[in-house]
Amino acid sequence: MFVNFWAVLNKELRSYFLSPFIYLISAVFLLLSGYYFYSDLVFYVQFGFGMNIMENFWQLMFTDLRLVIMLTVPFLTMRLFAEEKRLGTIELLLTYPMRDTDLFWGKFAACAIATLFMLSFTLIYPVLMFFLQPFDWTLVLPGYVGLVMLALSFIACGLFISSLTDNTVVAGLGSLGALLFFWILSWNDGATQFGLISTIASVSMVTHFQSFARGLIDSKEITFFLLFIIFFSFLTLRSLEARHWKGRR
Amino acid sequence: MIGVQNVTKYYGQVCALDGVSFTVKSGEIVGLLGPNGSGKTTLMRILTGFFPATEGSVHVAGLDVATSSLEVRNRLGYLPENVVLYPDMSVRAFLHFCARVKIDGAVQRRTNVERVLSECALEPMAHRQMGTLSKGYRQRVGLAQALLGNPEVLILDEPTVGLDPNQVIDIRELIKGLGGKATILLSSHILHEVELMCERVVIIDKGRILAEDTTDRLSERIQGAANVRVRASGPPTDILNALRALKAVDQVIEHDAESDGPEGAVFTVRSSNHDIAREIAQTIIHNGWALHELRPVTLDLEALFVRLTREERKEAA
Repeated sequence: MFVNFWAVLNKELRSYFLSPFIYLISAVFLLLSGYYFYSDLVFYVQFGFGMNIMENFWQLMFTDLRLVIMLTVPFLTMRLFAEEKRLGTIELLLTYPMRDTDLFWGKFAACAIATLFMLSFTLIYPVLMFFLQPFDWTLVLPGYVGLVMLALSFIACGLFISSLTDNTVVAGLGSLGALLFFWILSWNDGATQFGLISTIASVSMVTHFQSFARGLIDSKEITFFLLFIIFFSFLTLRSLEARHWKGRR
Repeated sequence: MIGVQNVTKYYGQVCALDGVSFTVKSGEIVGLLGPNGSGKTTLMRILTGFFPATEGSVHVAGLDVATSSLEVRNRLGYLPENVVLYPDMSVRAFLHFCARVKIDGAVQRRTNVERVLSECALEPMAHRQMGTLSKGYRQRVGLAQALLGNPEVLILDEPTVGLDPNQVIDIRELIKGLGGKATILLSSHILHEVELMCERVVIIDKGRILAEDTTDRLSERIQGAANVRVRASGPPTDILNALRALKAVDQVIEHDAESDGPEGAVFTVRSSNHDIAREIAQTIIHNGWALHELRPVTLDLEALFVRLTREERKEAA
């Protein structure tokens, strides 16, 4: 049952980690998040040293990491389905004795592992910070839980967009646009009070991340992210299935 | 083993298959012959469960493809048209991935991968990244993955396209050797190739079946009328009349003056008599004209289609 899931996971992990691409993305990710760490640290040292470290440092840091993840995840998801479609290998995979769900979750898990790989390097920041000024680890943990949930929801969204096209650039740009839009919706509450836009703003995963950054694990927010991921995986599976509806009268 | 009943497929308003029905018996090798765009690939995709037919039903190994898709796919090896594989994956890694999906048991997987590597003469390329392989080798990798796990049914879309002549012979031998063990449906647009590999041929054009017969009977049908190309020098009208006067001749076509070489005029003679060449030679020599060329013209696929569509129209009328 899980054999096919493992086969896909294994194949995707090989394709991630045997190509230089993931290391390039990780390098850019670490460059950006490293600069954020430095600038947030400077801010904390100059304006908030000895005061509330959650409010004056970690909350800023997690909010900044959120943006860096948003900018890099689309590059990890863009090729997952679009390239299979472009190469034509999707035809092979979908005629193998394998469920669409095995294919989807195998790719999802591989992308999640690649993202966690990238994110794991940022653990050096709390370690460095701890030597500078010891703090309560349990307050930083929710931030990481939030980042992981956020990343998984970005992956679900990116996979869906990748399944719609056979062009990796379109898939990448489309996911980036969608994620940025969700982010922009959180800028001005006044603009998102009305109609449809208020509904979209209310499901923006960016706003749902905020309580994690403040050091809280809210089961309501965890549920939100899980529902978000399930919703987009449902859409992706329907999109893979679309070949069955076309040409039906 | 394979049963196609009244299958129709629409892409939007475009009709790709129109009421196609045929069967393939267990262990048989059947060729699906048709020009590009005739619906061969669409039919194969329906058989493999890639997408369903708009109407009609398809059975593989006694199972309905629409309702028991996974079980069918378990029994099936498929070589798609234009195999393009993961460019940065090695041949062996790819086949291991395919084997993991298709075959239970690590030992069986390994032996199967090694078997198909040797059957498709891919061992020297096993470590190579697939992006660096030539078209011929990629085609063989495609065939190798289809053969993994000894499937009962093989669906091969243009298995020899893009191969050089020696490779074509190897693959042909390989496919023929599988006959009896597996049920094979392969497609091609080359008549000669289908004749060499298949026991039976289904001819398809514009989504409809034109003919379905054994290769022997089909070639008989094609050669029911012999075409002979004649080049002779002498007064062209006299030659034409003399040829037309022959008893068994149905039709004589005189070719344009431009195609006439310095050595006489060119004619194509159609006859139902296979011995017509001798009569033509006698006539020309008897009249004192010079005979430069006399050879049977085999019908190519295009001519065959013209013939078959004409026959069909006659039947309808």
